[in-house]
This record gives sequence, C-alpha cells and structure tokens, in this order.
Amino acid sequence: MNGIVTTHRPHVRQSETLVCGQRAKGLYCWEILLLWSWLFVRFRCGTLCLLQGDVLEQVLPAFCAVAGEDGVSLGTAVREQHGRDESVHSCRPPDVVVWPRSVEEVSALAKICHRHRLPIVPFGTGTGLEGGVGAVKGGVCFSLRKMDRVLDLHQEDFDVTVEPGVTRKALNSYLRDTGLWFPVDPGADASLCGMAATSASGTNAVRYGTMRENVLNLEVVLADGTVLHTAGEGRRPSGLDRDLLSGGSGVRVPLGVLYGIPELMVSTVCSFPSVQAAVDSTVQVLQAGIPIARIEFLDDVMMDACNRFSGLSYAVSPTLFLEFHGSEKSLEEQVTITEDITRGNGGSDFSWAQDAETRGQLWKARHDAWYAALALRPGCKAYATDVCVPISLLPHIIVETKKDLTENRLTGPIAGHVGDGNFHCLMVLDPDDPDEVQRVHQFTERLARRALSLNGTCTGEHGVGLGKRALLQEEVGPLAIDVMRRLKATLDPENLMNPGKIL
Amino acid sequence: MSARVLVGVKRVIDYAVKIRVKPDNTGVVTDGVKHSMNPFCEIAVEEAVKLKEKKLIKEVVAVSCGPQQAQETIRTALAMGADRGIHVEVSGKDYDNLGPLQVSKILAALAKKEETSLIILGKQAIDDDCNQTGQMTAALLDWPQGTFASEVVLEGDKVKVIREIDGGLETVRLKMPAVITADLRLNTPRYATLPNIMKAKKKKIDVVKPGELGVDLTSHLEVLRVDEPPQRQAGMKVETVEELISRLKEAGRM
Repeated sequence: MNGIVTTHRPHVRQSETLVCGQRAKGLYCWEILLLWSWLFVRFRCGTLCLLQGDVLEQVLPAFCAVAGEDGVSLGTAVREQHGRDESVHSCRPPDVVVWPRSVEEVSALAKICHRHRLPIVPFGTGTGLEGGVGAVKGGVCFSLRKMDRVLDLHQEDFDVTVEPGVTRKALNSYLRDTGLWFPVDPGADASLCGMAATSASGTNAVRYGTMRENVLNLEVVLADGTVLHTAGEGRRPSGLDRDLLSGGSGVRVPLGVLYGIPELMVSTVCSFPSVQAAVDSTVQVLQAGIPIARIEFLDDVMMDACNRFSGLSYAVSPTLFLEFHGSEKSLEEQVTITEDITRGNGGSDFSWAQDAETRGQLWKARHDAWYAALALRPGCKAYATDVCVPISLLPHIIVETKKDLTENRLTGPIAGHVGDGNFHCLMVLDPDDPDEVQRVHQFTERLARRALSLNGTCTGEHGVGLGKRALLQEEVGPLAIDVMRRLKATLDPENLMNPGKIL
Repeated sequence: MSARVLVGVKRVIDYAVKIRVKPDNTGVVTDGVKHSMNPFCEIAVEEAVKLKEKKLIKEVVAVSCGPQQAQETIRTALAMGADRGIHVEVSGKDYDNLGPLQVSKILAALAKKEETSLIILGKQAIDDDCNQTGQMTAALLDWPQGTFASEVVLEGDKVKVIREIDGGLETVRLKMPAVITADLRLNTPRYATLPNIMKAKKKKIDVVKPGELGVDLTSHLEVLRVDEPPQRQAGMKVETVEELISRLKEAGRM
C-alpha cells in the first residue's frame, strides 16, 4: 500500500556511535554535516565581522549579473527579515541578500563568495527554532524563495524531485490529485531544504520516519560552488541504500519519498490520570505493532492552556492525541486494540473523529499549542526545548522536568511526539527580564543534561543551534567533535558555510 | 424523485501557479502549466459525495466542458466519489470563447436529459472569477437557486441552504429541483486516495457534443486584450510636508 515503509525510530540514534564514512544510519556525522549551513552558535568573543565596503562594491555587480537586478538587496528591512527565524534569538542580519533562481545561479554566486571569502548563509522559510539563519559573521544570505518548483514527479516510483524553496504544504498541494503525499510534518510550513538540513521530524515520524529516511538524493552546492549529487546524478534509488555524504551549501534539490494518501484517517483523544499512564499506553501501542500515524502527548498545563485559548473543554490532565491511517477494516482493528490498551491504563473514553472537519477540531488543541502557550502570558516570547530519550524513560524525565519547572517558577507547558521519545517544553518567558532569561537558560541546560544522563540526546529534531554546542560536545564526546571538525575543514576549508557553528 | 445530482467541475490553471500573460496579450500562458480542478468545484463534488454517503441521493454525475484534458478533471471527481462522468467536448476556438452563458446552456440541457434534482456548482472559477454559471443555469431552467452555500440540508423534497452574504448568513428553503453554488466554508474536500484513483479508472465517462444537446456556443463577448497588473513602482521618502505637497502637485494629484 505505501511506498517505502520504515520501522526506523529516530530515538534509536542516540545509542549509535559516530562512524565516519558509513551509511546514513551512522548518523551524527551525516546529520551534523547537513546541519552546518543552518546552525549558528553565539560568537563568544563578541566581535562580528561585517563585509568591508569595498568588497561589497566589488561583488554587488557580480551578484546582479547572476541573479538579476531584482535578485539582490541591501535593504535594511529585507536583511533583517533574513536574519531571524521563529526562535527567541536576536536578529543577525546578513550584509546582502540574494535570490538565486536555479542551481547554476547558486553555484555562480557561491563561486563569487568563495573568491572573496564571504560567508554564505542559506535561508528557506525562516521557520527554524534554533537561530540557524542568523548571519553571525555577516556575509551573503542565499534566499531560496524563488526556487520553488516541483521538478520531477514519478508517481509509480513514489518519488519526487523539488527545488529547495518548495515548502511541504506547497508540495502536498501539488500532489493532491495524485493520491500521494509527503508525510513529514514538522509543524511549520517549512521549506524542504530546511527540513533536510535539520533532518526534520514531526508528528508523523512514528509511522513515516523523518527526513533522513525519506530523502533519497540531494543535489548540493558546496562552499566553492561545485555541484554534487550525493547519490549520483539522476539516481533515484529505491530502498534506503543510499550514500549521503553531503556537507555543503544549504542549497539542495532534494529527491524525496512519497507515500500513498491514507484511505481513511481517524483521530482520537484520550486523557489519563498520570504521565506514566499515558506513556505506558504509548509503549504498549507500539509494542502491539499498531502502525499508529501520530501519537502526541500534552501535559496538564498545556491542556489547560489549550482549553483557554481555543475555548475547548478537555480534561486538564495528561492527554494523548492519536491518529490512525488505513483502510476501514484496518482502522477498526487499530482503534479497538488501542482503546483496550488505554482503558487498561486508566485512560478515559476516546473522543474520536473521522471526517476532515471534526478531525481538524480535535487536533486544533495540538496545532495551536504554541499560541496557546504564548497566550498564557501575553507579551512574552516562547522557546521550545527539544530533547529525546528512550521511550521507557520518558515518564521519569517528564516528571523530573515538571518538578524543575515548578521549583523555578517557570512556565513550560509540555507537548511531545511520544512515539519517538521526543518532547518539547514550550518555555514562555519575558525576554526583557534578565533573571527569567537566566533561569530559562539554566533550566534548558539542566533538561538537556538530564536527557543525556538517560542516554538520550540534547536535540530531538530542532538542530543544535544556539547554546547547544557545549551540550553536543558532552553528548558525542570530544573525539566525535574533532572528527566532525576535520570533515568540515575538508569540505569547507575557508569556513564560509554558515560560520560560527558547532565547531 | 430521481435523486440524481449533477456536479459541474472546471479544469483551471492550478491556484499555486504564477500566471504569466502571453507575449501577444491575447490571454495567459496555459501550455505546460499545471492544471487542476477549480477549488470551488472540489467543494461542490465533496458536498454531493457527502449527500450520497448519507444515502440522501442516489447518484452523483460529474460534468466538465472542454477539450480532451477535461477528462482528467472528471477522473478526479470520480476518485472523490462521483459515480460517473459526462465530458462535453468543446475545443479550439469554441473552447477559448466558452463562458458562463454557454456552460449554463449545456448544464441546463443535461439537467433535463438526466432527470436531475439538484445541480451543485462551485460559486465561481478561479480563472475568470465570473460567479455567473450557477445563476444563469437556474434562470434557464427556471429553478430556484441557493448561491454561496455554507451549509446544505436536504429536507424531503426541499433543500435548506444557508448562504454567506455580506451582512452575515441568510437561510433559504428551495423546492427541488434546484441549483446550489458552493462557497468556501461548505466543507473540506477529501483527497483522492490511490485505491480510489484506481477505482475511478473503471468508472464510465460519456462523451457528448454540444450540438447533440441542441446548444449554440456562440459568444457575445470578445476578449480584446489581456494585460498584467502594472508593476509596483518604488515609493519615495519626502522630508517635509511642503515637499510632499509639491510632489503631489507635480504628479497632478492635487
């Protein structure tokens, strides 16, 4: 029925060690390479290097010659727009923004930047959550907005090639008549290249996998402008045997795996007397082999926030939002087994929905979680933590984390993709209150270390980004960091690709 | 009551495509451009299929007027749950001149031929934004109409339609047969799934010529020219009110 179905669960990765040169599953190496162009780390020594005026004068005409007069901008508003994303991090505008329209233009522009030693920062949709698009050292922002075409769809092979600026909603809209869809759903309407760079996961990962499982080939522009096809040009390998070693510019033409749109979808909501009961149910559902599509956990604080924000009346207790995909018969079976499990754990009756409108209403609580959290304290900003642990240890870490939140008077409703052992605390904080900012910062470090101590990872799906550099070092060890550094130096000796990153 | 619903579906340029005007200004570029079912027609099909699933009507017939490719659009309607399709073959110059008046004549003829109790159309097409076909069809048939429907409820031989109007919502009760046009909030159209797309390939599409229906396709309209909207000019900043006034006077705006 589906194209390529994988049972690989993202959380497994924290037990795998770094082995360079091996296939995609030997993970951090590959992942970090891809993440380079999207991460930045606060520049500890504090000085920013901005382009010198004369360098700018030299390169601007060259940029215009490649991208056209309207493909280059020095406007302050434009640069500021391209220097921030959806995180709390301050805006770090680039010196100039360019809009290439094709891989050839990206390559030409990259060559110019390389010649003049200009940092390159790619920009997809700016919906990232870890400050990856900030131009710490200034430089040139490559906005991929104009590269938004779906290039090559092979319906019978369940694959599609897209330009980097295509967003996931745009892709699924394009596919809507074909019966196919691209299920990776990180929440925001992110660009596919951004999703590839952060190996986006999301609510559907428990069944359909993350970007890592669903990207077959990438056409990447390296720091010096050369164009590389990571699985070979034109190759559309079926199965997961691919050789991804990419590590260059954020400009990718991803070739992605598609799945058949599920025949029917049923969504259910079930509340539990405790976090333990909710997570136990999750584990049992997975162990029962139910191909559950989405399984989302919201804690009581979050449910309360959602009730208030969306005018709902859900029980204010740990809750699971579940979604099942399949044919009528298989859905009946899946729902029946799941209901037995949840009831056995003290879960409430299911509220459930099948048609699109009612399902939408049911999921509204989960979808609006970010805004519901923000609405708890109007005028504040929000930051989502992102850690991942083995599922069996999830209740433990959530209970510890909630204790931590209360002790430190922090607002942090919890929502998570429990199927992968991943959860987010949506920290709501007043950015102008330095004490609170400090407390939140310390909390997130404690949380990350707590996850690491449970053999988890400090970054479930958002990427390393601001402030997680030290944590990454703790997580993978200095040897791994050193190897990554050497790989990075090999591929980008001038350190032009989104500099100021992990290494 | 035959409980048959006719749904009109139009093949239009996909809403996500950036439209470009042809260099000779006679129209927009359609060659090689992605086309799909008009979004309001999708909503119309969904409503008809929902009525069938509730067992309130017996058959959903999808109709499209146009060249061979119109059959793709009919297939999508079939994949969403329509029972059979009718392709009214119109091509070449006739297709270029095909507008609401011609389509409504065709739909009226088909409605009589197929003993229809309800015609559901999208409120307008996203390419011409005419918002006329439903209304004209009702007039030609002398049937009541419920346009801009955001809710449709069958009540025996009548249909209650809640319409979205400027002032809010208006509820009308129409005696069937009637014409309804679907507005945005009527429903959320389902996606065509692969198994349904495969089933749709086996469903029947009859091909009919307008002449066979006794319809004259001559248009009373002639498109003279198509232009892009004017390019947005850069603004300018002025330092003082006096400068603003003098600039406005210079531009003949005062």
